[in-house]
Amino acid sequence: MAADTAVTSSPEETLASLVKEAEALKQKLEEERQKLNDVTLSCVAERLEPITISNLKVRRILKGHQAKVLCCDWSPDKRHIVSSSQDGKLIVWDAFTTSKELTISMPSTWVMACAYAPSGNMLAAGGLDNKVTVFPLGGTAGEEDGATRKRTVATHTSYMSCCLFPNTDRQMLTGSGDGTCALWDIESGQLLQSFQGHSADVMSLDLAPSEMGDTFVSGGCDRGVLVWDMRSGHAVQAFDTHLSDVNSVRFHPAGDAVASGSDDSTCRLFDLRADREIARYSKESIIFGANAVEWSVSGRLLFAGYGDYTACAWDALRATRLALLPGHEHRLSALRLAPDGTALATASWDATLRIWA
Amino acid sequence: MVTMNSNEKAAPKACQQGSSRDVTKSSKEEKENEKKERKERENLIANLPPSVQALMATIPSPEESPNYLAYKKMEAIIEKMQDENTGVPVRTVKSFMSKIPSVFTGSELVAWLGRHLNLEDSWEALHLSHLLAAHGYLFPIDDHCLTVKNDNTYYRFQTPYFWPSNQWEPENTDYAVYLCKRTMQNKARLELADYEAESLARLQKMFSRKWEFIFMQAEAQSKVDKKRDKLERKVLDSQERAFWDLHRPMPGCVNTTELDPKKLSRINALKQKRLQQCQELIMQHNLKNNPIVTITNAQESEEEIQKNSEIVKENGECSRTELATLEDDKPSIESQIEAAKRQVAVLKARLERRNVRVSKVAEMFISYCEQYGEYDAFLTPPEWPNPWISDTTELWDQEKQCKEPLPLRRVRRWSFSLRELLRDPPGREHFAKFLSKEFSGENLKFWLAVQDLKALPICRVASCAKDIWKEFLDSNAPSPVNIDAASRELTRVRVESGKPDRYCFDQAQAHVYHLMKSDSYSRYLRSEMYKDILNGSKKKTSVKGIRSIVSFTGRKETSSN
Repeated sequence: MAADTAVTSSPEETLASLVKEAEALKQKLEEERQKLNDVTLSCVAERLEPITISNLKVRRILKGHQAKVLCCDWSPDKRHIVSSSQDGKLIVWDAFTTSKELTISMPSTWVMACAYAPSGNMLAAGGLDNKVTVFPLGGTAGEEDGATRKRTVATHTSYMSCCLFPNTDRQMLTGSGDGTCALWDIESGQLLQSFQGHSADVMSLDLAPSEMGDTFVSGGCDRGVLVWDMRSGHAVQAFDTHLSDVNSVRFHPAGDAVASGSDDSTCRLFDLRADREIARYSKESIIFGANAVEWSVSGRLLFAGYGDYTACAWDALRATRLALLPGHEHRLSALRLAPDGTALATASWDATLRIWA
Repeated sequence: MVTMNSNEKAAPKACQQGSSRDVTKSSKEEKENEKKERKERENLIANLPPSVQALMATIPSPEESPNYLAYKKMEAIIEKMQDENTGVPVRTVKSFMSKIPSVFTGSELVAWLGRHLNLEDSWEALHLSHLLAAHGYLFPIDDHCLTVKNDNTYYRFQTPYFWPSNQWEPENTDYAVYLCKRTMQNKARLELADYEAESLARLQKMFSRKWEFIFMQAEAQSKVDKKRDKLERKVLDSQERAFWDLHRPMPGCVNTTELDPKKLSRINALKQKRLQQCQELIMQHNLKNNPIVTITNAQESEEEIQKNSEIVKENGECSRTELATLEDDKPSIESQIEAAKRQVAVLKARLERRNVRVSKVAEMFISYCEQYGEYDAFLTPPEWPNPWISDTTELWDQEKQCKEPLPLRRVRRWSFSLRELLRDPPGREHFAKFLSKEFSGENLKFWLAVQDLKALPICRVASCAKDIWKEFLDSNAPSPVNIDAASRELTRVRVESGKPDRYCFDQAQAHVYHLMKSDSYSRYLRSEMYKDILNGSKKKTSVKGIRSIVSFTGRKETSSN
């Protein structure tokens, strides 16, 4: 690739000098960051009382999928859950009674993502079909009703790995294997904003819990975590300390930090104010990747679901493991806290969902 | 022995099926063979143009497999386990008339893991042993189900040749040969299980045309096997069986070789893209007398190239970072310069950012936890029994009814921040009432209108934006909002310039929010109105509190059994 003619050497030089400048800046940035890194979070948290959560148990098991459950989401009514599976089905559960309320067959199997709209009146799902399809709920709901009124909203050039409704039933935020995230207008299917910055597949998305709701975070197979400004379409912050694919990202309930789970079997906490990683959750005996992370209401507990069939609860401040949640018989694929924080739902490749409280 | 398809990347190794495969001996031979192969390939690669070489290096390698890190970690543990002095004691056990070679017991395994990984919980050690077995690193000597029991059942290590990190994707024909061979050896321990017999019948149907060939292969392998030492055969047979138990698991057992659908799609897409690039380049260069050029079958060539890429990797000629750049390397130098410029700009912007010290951030985390600990159902029981534990929906019913007086915790939460107040519908309503008493209700109305605007379908945004302007900001607006002239002018330009977008009121909205937060909200918290509603809740909760404590203790007893 090296230039062998004088003609190309000048842009080559420009490039070289730019790369050099970037390196110098990176080093300076690291120095600056180090200056602010006066103490570790777990050190400061030493003074806190250790907590115990001994009574956390499986309270419900949702059985009915025929294959791996890949994703799940809570309804805002705090008791319904939608789950998507590799059997091509979307199931709406009344998790409280563990009964299936609605089953929707998707046109393609491998439904990698699903989401409940904030009103509770709509579902979205998609996956290997590269699309997001929305299904209105309610009205004269019947078995096939949702399926007939469905509509395609978003189309990517690769699989759709994650989706969410950004505080409104009218828009949809998606992440895809094509390395982009995108904001769509549901009614028209129009692309409102594309977010380009990941150099590999986007795995996960989460919306900031701020009042404005115009910041979101994404994690991907380029090992990066990016914080985006939805209005400009630009990444405003980037964290790149993970050693492998970032599978899951989740905003701290205060909205000033992001937790992530990665194939490097660690979870990490990135603070937006300090602009750096401030905590790492790992153990020698945890050797499988973290596929999903979730916060408790107070931000004291960080739940993580792993490829080793277990989930666990970390003390997010002291960076110690509080409880191991064994029970599933295959990999964990998704973790979701109920909207009122009273329960945690876990989805697994063992074709079940479990509710912990 | 397992014979992989001839074009499988492990083909050279599989060729050795005739030779002795005693673990230590064969690994030496393999190494030598590998060296030879490598040299041959190196020469081969050296003849290719550099661009093809570079591209070949980008074919997905084992390092890119999503399970790679977990495999490497498990292999590190297994290697420690096999240490002669500090590892798990492997021995030959006498039983009745025969000997059982190279085994260890489940309890030895679990104890070793607990000791060496400092696992406090014995369940964890057992679970980790199970995972090692489920991924095919060790196996019970006479059970198709790859799991570990903490007792005196015997287990054996799998040979590294069969480790899953070698990215085996064995074909059905190989499985057919293996099952067919098993039927030829008439020994009890090699008898087919029911599900295996079913598979054999199915495969026989599927491959009816080439069954003769499969049968002959099985026969040949069986002959070779028979020449081996008895104990060695026992070990090899069991390792081969465990290999197939991993890749064709017994019904009901977890198949750990399955990949995450997202990651699988990613790998497939990468393979396809790179293969295409390779083919294009090769076509361009039209190389002669090179096996890679004579591509007749895409599948074959891919594997061929993949083989080569692995070697390039092993020689450390290509790191993953290079990989990433290579992928985007196609664009011209100008676009590279553009990208570099952009990166420099981003870095500069990041340097200018004012960041907060970690110590300060830590304090903020702690105070948030302390403030919200009361609302975290995992730390503090809710005011009514947790529906998931008590099987009653009282908590949700109370919340839905929104009856006054509201629960104390809920009302107190309004004082945490304006965001909390506005998020709770009764809180928002109460605040609106307060504002209208103060004659400043339009601020909140404007803020909410802009929030709604952002959530509208795109086709209605423009007209709605104009309505908001007329309602709140126009010179003769019915409910005027007081914002600074600069923000107003900026907003006016954006609203009147053709198509206003969802964010045209951003600055005005931020200004109004700041105004509400610093002025009205703090006055609201000090107001009699807020104190009244807070006191109302307090009175009720004092009675309620006792009841909830009683029900909580009652619940604890029921849930503990």
